[in-house]
Amino acid sequence: MTTNNVHPIGGIIPQLFLAFPFVLALVLYILAARLSNRYHKPWPISRTLCWTLGSLMATICVSGPLANRAHVHFEAHMAVHMLLGMLAPLLMAMAAPMTLLLRTLAPPAARRFSRFLGSWLSRLLTHPVVASSLHMGGLWCLYMTDLFSLMHESIPIYLIVHIHIFLAGYLFTISLIYIDPIRHRVPFLLRAAVFVMASASHGILSKHIYAYPPHGVPLTQAETAGLLMYYGGDVMDIALVCILCLQWFRAAKPRIGQLNTPIFPPEK
Amino acid sequence: MSNRTKQRSKDIPYKSRNLWSGILFGLGMVAFIDETVFHQLLHWHHFYDKSTTDIGLASDGLFHAFSWIATIGGLFILADLRRKHALLLSRWCGGVQLGAGFFQLYDGTIQHKLMRLHQIRYVDHVFIYDLIWNIAACLMILNGLFLAVRSRGRHEHGEASTYDHE
Repeated sequence: MTTNNVHPIGGIIPQLFLAFPFVLALVLYILAARLSNRYHKPWPISRTLCWTLGSLMATICVSGPLANRAHVHFEAHMAVHMLLGMLAPLLMAMAAPMTLLLRTLAPPAARRFSRFLGSWLSRLLTHPVVASSLHMGGLWCLYMTDLFSLMHESIPIYLIVHIHIFLAGYLFTISLIYIDPIRHRVPFLLRAAVFVMASASHGILSKHIYAYPPHGVPLTQAETAGLLMYYGGDVMDIALVCILCLQWFRAAKPRIGQLNTPIFPPEK
Repeated sequence: MSNRTKQRSKDIPYKSRNLWSGILFGLGMVAFIDETVFHQLLHWHHFYDKSTTDIGLASDGLFHAFSWIATIGGLFILADLRRKHALLLSRWCGGVQLGAGFFQLYDGTIQHKLMRLHQIRYVDHVFIYDLIWNIAACLMILNGLFLAVRSRGRHEHGEASTYDHE
């Protein structure tokens, strides 16, 4: 099989199936923001903007011309992977959807939802080690096994792979940076270490793709895609690291009074 | 010197944090220069060399990933030290050179040569490039060590107190 003679599978139905949740999420988010503004202080417009950009980006990735091209062209597929698995989740995580949901829901429902957020399942899935294993493990499986060519032949596999890329990306992002309230915080150093390991595995995988393309991908396409994955990953790394370090910087802020007593007083 | 300062000089708070912040930043900075100047601008280094060993690929991936968090995190720690009036600038600079020199030496000997990641430049006399690369690394390490040892147990009022009366 070469990617050039694969026919786009499924036509419009799988695309609509994948795009619908994102469009629905966008509509619900804006409704929730408007509704809760009646009882609370205005929901920041920057967060609504992040959510809008993120969900539109995800929609573009799974439906329309880019999604069609991603079927036949490995570079386009890689662009989709970057946007759907990294940028869209980051933007959507920055929009603090859980906070919005908690303030929109009626108190009993909000309490139930809050209990769910503290449940063992959500603890497990948002642990950095688990989330990064899901994210990176998924990528290694996709590109280093036959999954990549199977994905273009079977609609269910295609759907599962794309849902996994987005969800794992989202879990990975919220397990590292805390925008929404999270019950079980993991120490900063552990999150930093997990981030380094995940980022390293991403870089190694992109160089591996550059040299040994997945089954059926022409070498020239794999080279461009490998470069795109490597340097695109760097851009996302910088964004994540900045947010991560900024959160540390704010948390490590000296208490009032500490600032006024310099550690090295001038010698009298 | 009063008793208080004498007591302090034994155990200056944040002394090692000054050094580590510098080491992190130096390591990240050299990796950044390597990437921008030698990979992107000069095109001396290659993205992938067929002779790279698997361990070389892993080592490169790990250091590359670490370099981003080291650069940015190192600078955030610097800002934190400054905020706490605990910055020892010459100790920090020593750390920068130690980190930079260590990474350059590791890159120039183990990664380029042992793991055959890629060469500095694909020319005949790459030996000369290697020599300059590694000697520069050693000089940075020596100078960094010198600064780190010299600033050990020192208050450096000139620099630290600059921030006292803002």
